[in-house]
Amino acid sequence: MKHFKASITVSLRKSILDVQGKTVEHALHSTNFPMIKNTRIGKHVELEIDAENAEKAHALLSDACKTIIANPIMEDYHIELHEMEA
Amino acid sequence: MRFGIVVFPGSNCDHDAWYATTHNADSEAIMLWHKDTSIPKGTDCIILPGGFSYGDYLRCGAIARVSPIMAAVTQHAKRGGYVLGICNGFQILTESGLLPGALLRNTSLNFICKDVYLRTENSVSPFTNSLEQGQILRVPIAHGEGNYFADEDTLNMLEQQGRVAFKYCDVNGNTYLESNPNGSARNIAGILNEQGNVLGMMPHPERCCDIQIGNADGLAVFQSLISAAELLI
Repeated sequence: MKHFKASITVSLRKSILDVQGKTVEHALHSTNFPMIKNTRIGKHVELEIDAENAEKAHALLSDACKTIIANPIMEDYHIELHEMEA
Repeated sequence: MRFGIVVFPGSNCDHDAWYATTHNADSEAIMLWHKDTSIPKGTDCIILPGGFSYGDYLRCGAIARVSPIMAAVTQHAKRGGYVLGICNGFQILTESGLLPGALLRNTSLNFICKDVYLRTENSVSPFTNSLEQGQILRVPIAHGEGNYFADEDTLNMLEQQGRVAFKYCDVNGNTYLESNPNGSARNIAGILNEQGNVLGMMPHPERCCDIQIGNADGLAVFQSLISAAELLI
């Protein structure tokens, strides 16, 4: 069994207008950062998981994202895994 | 007619729902705790009340939908029992998959607390049978995430099947963009499931059931349910 640390990013689906992202981008544009584009606001979840290998850990977390961590109707998720030393 | 009102940690409209059903609609109501695993026999309608269940952690309704009582609520709905989700209750119903779509942040990013006008789009459901098609109600909203979202196919299906119960409108019943308080797709304020026994709505009918506080437009929802339950007996 291996031990992984996961970093999950949840953000609104690309097809959904992210009003919070837009508002932050307006604020950035009015504070000397007009070069910034496509601002999206999301959530960051960190957790640890035991699994046989990275593939299984990813599959389990993908299931967890679809079930609770994200709402697939409105959100996308991205999982990054880092294997920890035993 | 017996209502069962679910109390989640963070529910804050549970007592309003109890007052509206018992005092204004002259029915029986019992309170159900979120840790209960069954619904007492003889309960006709489950109300998932407004509030901030579990502090709206993760997403509104995301934690409530996995609380112990929700399995029993889902069974109740599958058996044809009535379920009324108001505000946070609507969010819990979409999170649990009992209703399609999701509730996004209001486009203004503000928490909006005010009276709005609703146009009755379906006057034959168990929740709206005492209303006329097109009848306009004045009902308060109080939410930060009430912006109804679903893909185009789902929205078309809801409209074609008569599953949009209420739309946001102006005082004359026009569903203009300006009469849409939160950015909801097609001005949708409340929807029904396919069988018509589950209604989710963002506005609060339980907060306007007593003429002593100046508005009893919401009472029609509870009176409709009572009529529907009587027909079943």
